[in-house]
Amino acid sequence: MTAKIKEFPGISLSEQDFADGKILFNFDKLNGIYAWDTGVGIGSYLASLKNGVILGSRCNTCRKIVVPPRVVCEQCYRPMDEYVPLQDTGTVNTFSLCYVTWDVKRITDPQIPAVIEIDGASPLHGIMHMLGEVDPQAVKIGMRVKAVWKPAEERQGSVNDILYFKPIEED
Amino acid sequence: MGMRKVAVVGAGMTKFVRRAQETAKELTWEAAHMALDSCEMTMDDIEAVCFGTAPDAFDGVHLNGEYVSDGAGAWRKPYMRSYVGGGTGVFVPIQGWYHIASGLFDVVMVVAEEKMSSYYPHAQAAFLTIFDHTTERPLKPNLLWIFAMEMNRYMTTYGLTKADIAQVAVQHKRNAANHPCALLGDANITLDDILKSEVLAWPVQRFDVSPVSDGAVAVILAAEHVAKRITDKPVWIEGVGWHLDTTFWTNRDLAYPRYVEYAARMAYDMAGIKEPRKQINIAEPYDPFDYKALHHLEGLQLADRGKAAELYSDGTASLTGNMPICPSGGLLGVGNPIAAAGLMKIAELFWQLRGEAGARQVPGQPLHGLAQAWGDLMQVGTVVIMGR
Repeated sequence: MTAKIKEFPGISLSEQDFADGKILFNFDKLNGIYAWDTGVGIGSYLASLKNGVILGSRCNTCRKIVVPPRVVCEQCYRPMDEYVPLQDTGTVNTFSLCYVTWDVKRITDPQIPAVIEIDGASPLHGIMHMLGEVDPQAVKIGMRVKAVWKPAEERQGSVNDILYFKPIEED
Repeated sequence: MGMRKVAVVGAGMTKFVRRAQETAKELTWEAAHMALDSCEMTMDDIEAVCFGTAPDAFDGVHLNGEYVSDGAGAWRKPYMRSYVGGGTGVFVPIQGWYHIASGLFDVVMVVAEEKMSSYYPHAQAAFLTIFDHTTERPLKPNLLWIFAMEMNRYMTTYGLTKADIAQVAVQHKRNAANHPCALLGDANITLDDILKSEVLAWPVQRFDVSPVSDGAVAVILAAEHVAKRITDKPVWIEGVGWHLDTTFWTNRDLAYPRYVEYAARMAYDMAGIKEPRKQINIAEPYDPFDYKALHHLEGLQLADRGKAAELYSDGTASLTGNMPICPSGGLLGVGNPIAAAGLMKIAELFWQLRGEAGARQVPGQPLHGLAQAWGDLMQVGTVVIMGR
């Protein structure tokens, strides 16, 4: 059928058509303001971050330790058994060197988001955070890293209580 | 299993463009009436309508399914919108399939639409709410992060180079040069063009990514007894599958899409496909990024883990190869109006299996084709197997 049809519908416009006023349009801004309560599992995680500890939770049925902690094990579909304090060190599972901000502005010094497998959690269980104090070109998957915390008095119970993770030397 | 056979009997689509003058409703109408015309039906023949569109945030319209319903031909009909993120375009025909396979309806129209250009300044930001509001969004993520990190994990796990992966973008964009609706078809694009494009979020570069687009696609589904009255060349939906993985994406193996594997196994079982690498003659894996096509081919069991790139380098994936991949041009070439892009793959298999794909026609009278999409927080796989 595509072979039989010569002309397909769809009229293409360019950004210039807007700028030149060639077409009519209605511009508006939506207002979305929320206050998300943190809940039980993540609430415990954030309260723990305020004390300088990364918290996970353990399911005694599948014996997994997950991070961030939650109240239900989705694999076993039963309540998690306990919260477990984890180390503030880990291994870079993956990372990116990002030259575009969240609102699509170009930057020259890349942001370095990473997934960091946290020591004490089950294999491949990590969190997303940033890397810092590192030459972007030197970042490698498998690199060992440690959390750099805000000073205790400035922590608010937020993932940003960890400023970033930085590489560590180990024997 | 007591399920009725279901065929695709008609298809239509609009051009995929960066910014369409038509509204979502108008695009939807254009694709839908083209699909109806293609099998000489009218809305009177359609008993129910299944509609697919991705996040309401693109349109700034809550309940977008209902808002677009007049364009989708839903007036005074059973109507339902499904939404599984990027997986929607291949899930919505599954929804249409079970409407008919169950015996509830004989003829169903399936329509998918996306109008991404309305969001300012760039639709990318409309996706930011996929990140967890408490544990991730305070880091000010952008959408590219998650793909860049998955791509890096995939490349590093299997020792692949950027050039291995960029072959995908080259081939899909070249294929798209023969698609009359394509946004980024380019018969002369080279590996160098991909590798020298702007680095956005290493390892992701501009040409590794499919473009934001507007567009709509529609297909008509019919039960066996109706399909055989309408056409000599029905294309059967032989198997369907879908599957979901954890939303805690940082607790998952990023190098391998297990959820795609399970979706594929469900569809292969239903279709009686025992040896997919021999029996699937055309594959349309979801390719919003070039590495994703490879990742998905491995999940679909069409390549060993870490080996999908070899299908491109040894010619298997080319239009005249043993298993052409994305002869349409895929999302990288035709464009990526989210839900419509997935359904475009279903329409492509329909045209290919009927031998009507024109300059893109895969030779050798292919028997079975597979379309796959993926979405939500990189966690859902949707698969449809079609055959004649």
